[in-house]
Amino acid sequence: MKQSLFETRHQPHWQAFATQVTLLEQGKAKTQDLTHFPHDYRRLCQHLALAQERGYSSYLVDPLQQLALRGHQQLYRHRSQLGAKTLSFLLADFPRTVREQWRFVLVACLLFFGSLIGIALLVYLFPDLIYAIVSPQQVTEMQGMYDPDASRLGRAAERASSEDWMMFGYYVMHNIGIAFQTFAGGLLFGLGSVFFLFFNGLMIGAIAGHLTEIGYGQTFWSFVIGHGAFELTAIALAGAAGLQLGWALIAPGALPRGEALRLAARKSVQMICGVIVFLLIAAFIEAYWSSTTAVEPWGKYLVGATLWAMVIAYLLFAGRSRHAPE
Amino acid sequence: MPSHAALPGNAMPTAPLDTRYQIETPEGIDLPLRPAGLMPRALAFGFDLGLRGLILGILFIALAFLGNLGIGLGSILLFLVSWWYMVLFEVLNQGCSPGKQIMGLRVVQDDGTPIGWSASLIRNLLRFVDMLPFGYFLGAISCLQHPHFKRLGDIAAGTLVIYREQPLARPHVPQAPALRLPFALELNEQRAILGFAERQADLSAERTHELAAILATPLQVSPARAVEQLNGVARGLLGPS
Repeated sequence: MKQSLFETRHQPHWQAFATQVTLLEQGKAKTQDLTHFPHDYRRLCQHLALAQERGYSSYLVDPLQQLALRGHQQLYRHRSQLGAKTLSFLLADFPRTVREQWRFVLVACLLFFGSLIGIALLVYLFPDLIYAIVSPQQVTEMQGMYDPDASRLGRAAERASSEDWMMFGYYVMHNIGIAFQTFAGGLLFGLGSVFFLFFNGLMIGAIAGHLTEIGYGQTFWSFVIGHGAFELTAIALAGAAGLQLGWALIAPGALPRGEALRLAARKSVQMICGVIVFLLIAAFIEAYWSSTTAVEPWGKYLVGATLWAMVIAYLLFAGRSRHAPE
Repeated sequence: MPSHAALPGNAMPTAPLDTRYQIETPEGIDLPLRPAGLMPRALAFGFDLGLRGLILGILFIALAFLGNLGIGLGSILLFLVSWWYMVLFEVLNQGCSPGKQIMGLRVVQDDGTPIGWSASLIRNLLRFVDMLPFGYFLGAISCLQHPHFKRLGDIAAGTLVIYREQPLARPHVPQAPALRLPFALELNEQRAILGFAERQADLSAERTHELAAILATPLQVSPARAVEQLNGVARGLLGPS
């Protein structure tokens, strides 16, 4: 068949298909008009193959290729049900991923909590050590924040709700930023994650040890225990996700490094989604619960311990049996 | 027509030298994608950066009147804009952030399918590493040495930044009486002749003659008539319009 004949015969189909693709791209297509879309797309592919095979001119083949590509983009678009997926992710997939990657989680936890507890003890025993780690200004700042006298004075009246809002925004920005950095650093053969885990553990531990040592322990621990359950776990998990990336580069196994990295990234991003949820919860608790002074410290310890137990139980046991929402 | 095989120096390379990236779809056709290099991507990013700065600037001025609530909203906003701007635009706007839209780019998965949430999240979170140690240093190096111009985030996410297809204007094939050659043409010869006829408007008359004269001998015409002859063959290949 000559090119002109081929073109005049099929041009109307192509034009109709192009209009439909344009509608889909703009998100204006109606469902009932789309029943023939896959069929039209396959026909277009057939025409394209024919045109190529018969050596028709590039000015016919190229537009057909473009149209096929646009159709391909629309036909293979992922349309998932975000609501149901989120639910099943939170109920089962996230803790499952954490358990599946337990080696990385373990290493990240050892690095983070190990350096945290280790340095806290060291600073508690050798108080001067704090100045080797944290700058004097920051130490004074921290002391100001958790000074039992000052905070009793400063927080005699409940904080205005607008201030809670401010802190919520700040915590979201700051903490999720740290978690993302810890994750992304994993791409540098895991070194970035190791660094951020270790560094953050060191800073938090040093301040905790110092504040306890100078007698501000009550205000500090009662403040951090609640949201710490989510926040610290989340940082450790972000580090584990980063380590996973790094390990894929160091020991890709039978795959090429790029491919191993791609597979590892797909898994680790699941962990990161969970980390984001954890950090949002943490920011919420930190802004609205940890900062209240209406509750006695023992009440806060109790709630804090419950939250820790809940987080650990969730990560260890959730999603072990299959449930209906999946 | 003479074969090129005898001249190794001038032989056609088996794989074309351009940067096209072929994907094979489940329907059994090959679709070419054209990956975009460092420069257009850097420009697109620059534009996005400026736009984000502008959005934040305007909103911060507005939020400054709200006091503490404004600061809180401002930090959430800063977080959203700095980490989620790209992800939201890429997933919800057919793979184009505003900067990419202007530069005519889009992000797709390696297999040509549209980018999803997880891939977009990976490539944009890992942007942090691409920026190390300063000014997109690692990203630029990775982009320059990769055959498909991927930065580190793209490698990990399995994504590709390509040029968006631009509509082509159909050229006019010069009028000539349709001809049929006494010998059969191979497919690529056929396409070359069609290409010659279609692109004539872009060439100077001298160049057109020079190109056509190469084929004067196999067409068995005088070099002066070669252009007309070739146009006739092209007309013959196209068929009656």
